[in-house]
Amino acid sequence: MLRLEGLRAGYGPIEALRGLDLEVQQGELVCLLGANGAGKSSTLRTISGLLRPRAGRIVFDGAEIQGRDPSDVLRAGIAHCPEGRRVFPYLTVRENLAMGAYVRRDGAAIAADLERVYAHFPILADRRRQAAGTLSGGEQQMLAIGRALMARPRLILFDEPSLGLAPTVVETTFEIIADIRRDGTTVLMVEQNARLALRMADRGYVMESGRIVLSGAARNLLADDHVRAAYLGG
Amino acid sequence: MALGAVAAVTAPLWVANPYHLHVLIMAGIFTILALSLNLLLGYTGQLSLGHAAFFGIGAYTSALLALRLEWSFWLALPAAALASGLAGWAIGRLALKLRGAYFVLVTISFAGVISLVSINWMDLTNGPLGLPGVPPPALGPWTLRTKNAYWYLVLAGAALTYLVCHRLVTSRIGRALVALRENEPLAESVGIDGTRYLVLAAVVSAALAGLAGSLYAHYTRFVSPEVFLFSYTVTMVIMVIAGGQGTLAGPVVGALLFTVLPEALREAVAWQWQMLAYGVVLVLFVFFLPRGIVPTLAAWRRR
Repeated sequence: MLRLEGLRAGYGPIEALRGLDLEVQQGELVCLLGANGAGKSSTLRTISGLLRPRAGRIVFDGAEIQGRDPSDVLRAGIAHCPEGRRVFPYLTVRENLAMGAYVRRDGAAIAADLERVYAHFPILADRRRQAAGTLSGGEQQMLAIGRALMARPRLILFDEPSLGLAPTVVETTFEIIADIRRDGTTVLMVEQNARLALRMADRGYVMESGRIVLSGAARNLLADDHVRAAYLGG
Repeated sequence: MALGAVAAVTAPLWVANPYHLHVLIMAGIFTILALSLNLLLGYTGQLSLGHAAFFGIGAYTSALLALRLEWSFWLALPAAALASGLAGWAIGRLALKLRGAYFVLVTISFAGVISLVSINWMDLTNGPLGLPGVPPPALGPWTLRTKNAYWYLVLAGAALTYLVCHRLVTSRIGRALVALRENEPLAESVGIDGTRYLVLAAVVSAALAGLAGSLYAHYTRFVSPEVFLFSYTVTMVIMVIAGGQGTLAGPVVGALLFTVLPEALREAVAWQWQMLAYGVVLVLFVFFLPRGIVPTLAAWRRR
């Protein structure tokens, strides 16, 4: 479904990606591991068009999408949940969800999708008129995921979905992500919590200094000595 | 709201003193400027500290077209808005890629440069002597020489500006601007092109300031480099922030209050105390209504 070939990208003189190869099959949940600064977020940003690649190809459903605008990539079917502050704090829950469908123009279908998200996350329906900044961390994460779904993506990129969340909320978040995958949406996820991510994922990639250094089935990575030592705490 | 509209339309009937009507006309022109600045400051969070430049470009464009090429006011006015809009586009393209403090610096420098040009390009602008004798607008057989007539012209300009701003901020574009102000990385991830929308806001904002400049030039009938004064920009910023940035009614309230207040103080207290009293009022506003008059009133009403 998604294939990155020899991808290079960076910020000014800094090279974040130095020839990255990676593949995600339809229906898979793939996680991307690596230390801080390895280039994980840059990989997601380059896929979604927020960062322009300097070389290499990004093939999505048979079409080359490298260098396209973020709105085009989104229309092609790739949504991105960036790291950091997850919501628009002063907009209501409903307005936040509507922002997820910003590039869409099919009003009736958007309204139907909004109801679907509310059905999936009843807490968001209860709080639809509340400012998103007043939600708890876990609710904000649900809102962020709901907003990504509003774009009707076939592939969702999650950047550190567990960051800054309480342990129980992290578990709920991962359950939601597993649900989304079960419903047929493919997932590529960057995650610090390697153990949890690998337990849920089909396959994993390990990144170091802008390149993939190791890849394989998630259970093999869980057992791999290098991965255990570097990312699972021995 | 309706009461305000009625009061505005009937103003010449109950404002007998021509000087008071003059103050109202200036309030109308400043309403346009405050609404224009609010598009940038209130809806995109970008502070233009050179907004007087767009005002001045509009004033000079309109005055020069009327004086040198004998254009009718009704053509000079949109030309002034266009010229200022073009300047807004150039500044926006230059500065909005980096934003924040950088945008503030570029707008200040731009206003400084434009002001120097107006002082030194004698052949075009007549330098510090300014351009006297800008003709008043003519409407068929009438010329809008009286303050009453001009009040209605300014009122129409302010109403048009309000409608343009309302249309813009309630549209898809307005939602994109608010999203960018609230969380730019997130806004970009949902497919909003930050620079493009901010430049658009800068163009509309500058064009509206140019419109105000044209109305000012044909009202005072005299344009000089004073139109670029930094204090004009500061006044606009005070109006927007005290009135309530990011709301449409806020800049209107702020413009009325902070045009009328200095004049009222002039009549109420000795001149030595005027600016002091103005400063005290301003400090009180910042302390007690930090979000601005309109948002505070709206919050009270909801309680």
